[in-house]
Amino acid sequence: MAEAMNAPYTSLLATRGLNAWYGESHILHGVDFEVHGGEVVTLLGRNGAGKTTTLKSVMGMVEKRSGSVQFQGAEMIGLPSNRIARLGIAVCPEERGIFSSLDVEENLLLPPQVAAGGLGLAQVYELFPNLKERLRSQGTKLSGGEQQMLAIGRILRTGARMLLLDEPTEGLAPVIVQQIGRTIARLKAEGFTILLVEQNFRFAATIADRHYVMENGRVVDMIPNAQLDANMHKLHEYLGV
Amino acid sequence: MRAPFRTTAMDSIFGVPVQALFGQLLIGLINGSFYALLSLGLAVIFGLLNIINFTHGAQYMMGAFVAYLLASKAGLGYWWSLALVPLVVGFTGVVIERLMLSKLYRLDHLYGLLLTFGLALIIQGLFRNEYGTSGLPYAMPAELAGGRNLGFMFLPNYRAWVIVASLGVCIGTWFVIEKTKLGSYLRAATENPALVQAFGINVPRMITLTYGFGVALAAFAGVMAAPIYQVSPQMGADLIIVVFAVVVIGGMGSIMGSIVTGFALGLIEGLTKVFYPEASNTVIFIIMAIVLMFKPAGLFGSQK
Ligand SMILES: Nc1ncnc2c1ncn2[C@@H]1O[C@H](COP(=O)(O)OP(=O)(O)OP(=O)(O)O)[C@@H](O)[C@H]1O
Ligand SMILES: [Mg+2]
Repeated sequence: MAEAMNAPYTSLLATRGLNAWYGESHILHGVDFEVHGGEVVTLLGRNGAGKTTTLKSVMGMVEKRSGSVQFQGAEMIGLPSNRIARLGIAVCPEERGIFSSLDVEENLLLPPQVAAGGLGLAQVYELFPNLKERLRSQGTKLSGGEQQMLAIGRILRTGARMLLLDEPTEGLAPVIVQQIGRTIARLKAEGFTILLVEQNFRFAATIADRHYVMENGRVVDMIPNAQLDANMHKLHEYLGV
Repeated sequence: MRAPFRTTAMDSIFGVPVQALFGQLLIGLINGSFYALLSLGLAVIFGLLNIINFTHGAQYMMGAFVAYLLASKAGLGYWWSLALVPLVVGFTGVVIERLMLSKLYRLDHLYGLLLTFGLALIIQGLFRNEYGTSGLPYAMPAELAGGRNLGFMFLPNYRAWVIVASLGVCIGTWFVIEKTKLGSYLRAATENPALVQAFGINVPRMITLTYGFGVALAAFAGVMAAPIYQVSPQMGADLIIVVFAVVVIGGMGSIMGSIVTGFALGLIEGLTKVFYPEASNTVIFIIMAIVLMFKPAGLFGSQK
């Protein structure tokens, strides 16, 4: 743990001039940010700012993109999403992406192992005991909170050390938000690197190292977590809260 | 236009009506075997590719023809064909998917439908040019000649084999899709291909192989049909119309639905031939109309 904290920060994931389109609509207009190994970094911004599109562009899930996305120093802009996943990046999508034609266990075991060193099933059940009780249930029969645990739990098994989490607390009860917060803190302690999209910056402030603010498809500011209080006024303006 | 089966002359321990009943049920099961195999292939393809494969009948016909050609040109018999033809014709499916279908996924469904329909016409036209329209005979494998007397009816061995083999292939396919890891990739990709690919699965390759597999199923049915029906360029076009009705009744994309509906409708058709022969050619379409009225997504389908 202490080791991960003191490890020298090296840029694990970095985008330069990232552009993305859905069909004809030009959504990202040159997004720049970087995430160092072992960090938890958030993307904040209003609805429609382009946070989800940024995660999808990193993951190769948009039809058309340009610019640069580097992971461990290697360029990924031309790679299809399955190759990107194999480099050790895993995504937990905004809509959770639980499969209704798979039961809970099948959902959990679906993502293939991309590297050694993923969590074992026992560790996933220890983090999310609810899942173990419901293995035979249809995936989408779980409650919203349980589906979120499933969506996170299944990518922890893969051995990917870079996690892209899109609003994992959206619409969940406070007690479950806390459970997910503890999970993220623990993953950070174990050396995972996490890029987190959040609307709820109060929640983000409890677990993140730095915050990038997005507006209209661009990163407009970066605020270290330690300076969050000092920048509260600015942040309120950005987010319109 | 349909199944040219007749009950063969047989002894009659029971009265003639009972014998006729079992005879027609057997024919119904045979037809049902082909309905099930073909609609299963269509369901597998539709599930993942979202394309109604109008080439399916032509690919079934190709299966029968390649078996015929392997026998007449290379001296390879039925069992060789049963193993090789699905691979050969399935491979042509892989080529079609790579070169053509894969270019259409981003467009309206209509384009896939037009392409596969056009391909069916071209393939059938080519075979008609080369081999004419009259049927070509294909020898039954010697091992399965003859039959056995069950007491209440005479059961030709080959027909028993067709029923058992297609049931086996259908259940095997269902098992792989519903109960294995590979099947869970397939089901998941049917729901959300982008996410499955983002987990590291090569979904485009999976789509290609799935189309190839669906086509291989059609070709397998074609080989099985060759000794029963005459091998002719038109054989698939006639059958596939009924199979599409079966698919509509069972529900697009449902694996179990296509198998159960295929066999059940074959049986219903057979029964109709006994009790009300005038309707035997239309009963499936009547059922289709009724099902569409009350369950537009089909008996086993879910609204998409
Ligand atoms: N599939 C799509 N097709 C076309 N436009 C899209 C699509 N998805 C998103 N957009 C548009 O792209 C812009 C950015 O959307 P995105 O989902 O990235 O925003 P976001 O910051 O994640 O918002 P939210 O906080 O609501 O999740 C929005 O204007 C949205 O309308
Ligand atoms: Mg979003």
